[in-house]
Amino acid sequence: MESLAIYNRAKEKFGDRILEIVDKKHDPWMVVDPAALVELCQYLKDDAETAFDCLSNQSGVDYKDRIEVVYHLFSYKHRHQIVLKVKLPRDGAQVPTLENVWKSANWMEREIFDLLGVNFEGHSDMRRLLMPEDWIGHPLRKDFVEPLEYHGISTVRESPIIRLKP
Amino acid sequence: MQQLVDSIIAGGAFGKNPPHDLIYVLFIFIFSAVVFLGVAFPFAGIVSWAERRVWARIQSRVGPNRVGPQGFVQWLADGVKNCCKEDIIPTDADAPLFKMAPYLVMLAFVVPWAVMPFSQDLILADLNVGILYFTSVTALTVVGVLMAGWASNDKWSLIGGIRSAAQIVSYEIPAGLSIFPVVLITGTLSMQGIIKAQGWSPNHWFMFSNPFCFIAANILFISALAEGNRTPFDLPEAESELVAGFATEYSGMRYLFFFMAEWGNLFLIGALITTLFLGGWQFPRITDNRILINILQLVTFNAKVLFIVFFSMWIRATLPRVRIDQLMSLCWKYFVPISFVDMIGTAIWVAIWPYGNPVAGWILFALGVVGLVLFMRRVIYYFRQSKMELYLNPTI
Amino acid sequence: MTTLRTEEMTLNMGPQHPSTHGVLRFIVRADGEVMREAIPDVGYLHRSIEKIAEKVGYHGFMPYTDRVDYVCAMFTNQGWGMASEKLGKIEVPKRGEYCRVIAAEFNRLASHLLSVGTMAMDIGAITPFTHALREREMINDLIEELCGARLTFNYMRIGGVAFDLPPGWREKALAYLDHLEPILSEYDMLISFNKIYVERLANVGVITAEEAIDYNLVGPNLRACGIKWDIRKDIPYSVYPDFDFDVPVGTGQWGKLGDSMDRYMVRIHEMVQSVKILRQALKQIPAGPVLAKVPRNFKPPAGECQIRVESARGDMGWYAVSDGSGYPWRVHVRTGSFAAMGIVQKLSRGLMIADLVTIIASLDVIAPEIDR
Repeated sequence: MESLAIYNRAKEKFGDRILEIVDKKHDPWMVVDPAALVELCQYLKDDAETAFDCLSNQSGVDYKDRIEVVYHLFSYKHRHQIVLKVKLPRDGAQVPTLENVWKSANWMEREIFDLLGVNFEGHSDMRRLLMPEDWIGHPLRKDFVEPLEYHGISTVRESPIIRLKP
Repeated sequence: MQQLVDSIIAGGAFGKNPPHDLIYVLFIFIFSAVVFLGVAFPFAGIVSWAERRVWARIQSRVGPNRVGPQGFVQWLADGVKNCCKEDIIPTDADAPLFKMAPYLVMLAFVVPWAVMPFSQDLILADLNVGILYFTSVTALTVVGVLMAGWASNDKWSLIGGIRSAAQIVSYEIPAGLSIFPVVLITGTLSMQGIIKAQGWSPNHWFMFSNPFCFIAANILFISALAEGNRTPFDLPEAESELVAGFATEYSGMRYLFFFMAEWGNLFLIGALITTLFLGGWQFPRITDNRILINILQLVTFNAKVLFIVFFSMWIRATLPRVRIDQLMSLCWKYFVPISFVDMIGTAIWVAIWPYGNPVAGWILFALGVVGLVLFMRRVIYYFRQSKMELYLNPTI
Repeated sequence: MTTLRTEEMTLNMGPQHPSTHGVLRFIVRADGEVMREAIPDVGYLHRSIEKIAEKVGYHGFMPYTDRVDYVCAMFTNQGWGMASEKLGKIEVPKRGEYCRVIAAEFNRLASHLLSVGTMAMDIGAITPFTHALREREMINDLIEELCGARLTFNYMRIGGVAFDLPPGWREKALAYLDHLEPILSEYDMLISFNKIYVERLANVGVITAEEAIDYNLVGPNLRACGIKWDIRKDIPYSVYPDFDFDVPVGTGQWGKLGDSMDRYMVRIHEMVQSVKILRQALKQIPAGPVLAKVPRNFKPPAGECQIRVESARGDMGWYAVSDGSGYPWRVHVRTGSFAAMGIVQKLSRGLMIADLVTIIASLDVIAPEIDR
């Protein structure tokens, strides 16, 4: 099925909880209300016509005024894919977890929590994945400032070339 | 050994009325020095170099060839390097046990050399319980390995030590049971006695004397490999999982002690198989010169043992590792019943033909030759296919 | 009678280890030899490559993509190239596409050879590793002639490839392929008919098809569970529709479908198919330019796109967001090893410690792909 057809089908079922459908030439996407996310994904997974059995990619993007979590869903049965987006405020970003719908969301959500600071409600193991456990801050945010030292190791180092100047 | 010394004294080399006991002691001292310092320990070192060369040729690379001619001095260089290393003992490790463990393992390697039958006269002590002594003393390794695993204060070492102990103790049983058929045929446990009961030609070897002995020889070889922690049974020192198993915390010469014991054990495995099944030092009686015949027998014994050593290295380079539960099930579910069957079968065979059946010897030998020819044909086929002119040169 | 109280050991299969493929750490809760669980702890190789993309720009990011997966650097290069081209609506010339496919398939061969060799070494046999690396050395030499590097190639550019095939390279490549084919069948025979290998690999780490899709496994891991899915065939990109090749799928003939043996055999058969593609590509390659004209300060219009490339470790998803300036706003790579690590914890329950090594080796996990 075409992406737009799937989006319209979802819009019929979920009505206002689908916030907008953006039709672009490359990959049209659909913006969803975070509260309806789990229900929508479960519907997309269970419905025989769409049958999205795989969460192929889940990324977080930090725009200056909001954080978006982008989901790329894929169906091995029908070989079609769609893009879902959720828009969140930068402070206190919260989304319900999709771990119970697709197990691959487990690690991907941990990574987004680690790097962008989005909290996933209901996640079984919400801790940092890539950064050390005691790291402060979320590195992939646009306003992230690297701390000056970590456990006594300085992160600021002047370029050795400076010492070569006459 | 005693007969040799007696014949030398009777030949007048020591004057009119020599003190026999002192001369015995002197000869035993010299001989054991030669055996231990000249054969056992250098062998343990040289086989490390040989193993690396053999592996390298099998793996289509070269191996150590820089240090000395053809890399022959590599093992000495490794020994010196290891002596120069810092002796690290972990803080919470049990220091006396930690230090004692390599010595115990080395003891288990050194002591069986007392009954090593190099030729008809060159044996340090022809005990009349030779084989029993051999197998019981090599089991001392278990104590050393367990001590090493426990005293290292390291969970991975502990796992390695316990795996190794379980493995060695389990494989003692098929090994011991496979010695039984030979003892049933000869009626004696002494090493020289067993060799003297065989002949020089292959159809008189015990391996081909009856089909049960043939199977017992294979089971003994595999069990001996398992006891020596060699691949495919080198799980205790499985490098990809446990770094070095029970020997992880050891460094320098202490580490090398474990491995010298393992390499030296190859000779012991070879000697065990050669003595029991491959005819030992038996050589056709072509001269009456005692010294010459001793030398020929020495060469024969060493050739057979070195072939088995090469075979062990070959197996180690080729086969992957068996997992611990598969190893245990192999031992208890397959080897032990087969060993029992061998024992009973040989007992029935000996009851029917107490003096051996030469026809069976010829038939089994013929089967063995056929198997070898088929195997060599396959090897030669692959050699021809691979066009590896470069790889055939062993001294690159 | 009192029952013995046994404790559970917590072992650390630490970041430095002879067998984990890269810098991986596992916290193993084991009851003797049998594991209760092996919890992976990743992040030792995190280099914030995705954030670096936002600083260096489109062209400058190409060498960084090599380091995302240094064993299959061509695929990461191709992924980033394709993502930028989709954003900037650039068309790659035909010869450039053919060069990309040739380089990529050689890299797939090299990566699978390494994977097969290290898996054999982790199981305990040291010889297949050196034999596999011997063949891989020849591929490295070929690629060195092509682009100058043996591991992190930086061969592809946005809009094509950097260098054309050198003169005489085609003949060398074809001679190498002739040399490699009998050796691949040798690897097949070496492992499949060796009882010890079969015992170690069969029925270990069985992943069912539903689980594989749920955990988002890709590539040979997915195909070993019986699902015939290959991006090169199903969402064709580049010039793959021009080639005739097969997609090998696990058969489950040594144990259950989806065990480690299936994953191993799928990789061997994929190598055979790669040789087939290479032969066709080397024959059919047309003449022409290899690089499209892309401006130095490449500024694709604002937008976003997702690209999937069939790398040696599976389908690598590249998600790129552009804001109209010369620097990407966000780049996200979803790699096959990342998904595979998600399933290790579940697979490890009830297995032995020796099997943990087998699973990691058979899933073909590479640490830089997980951490980026």
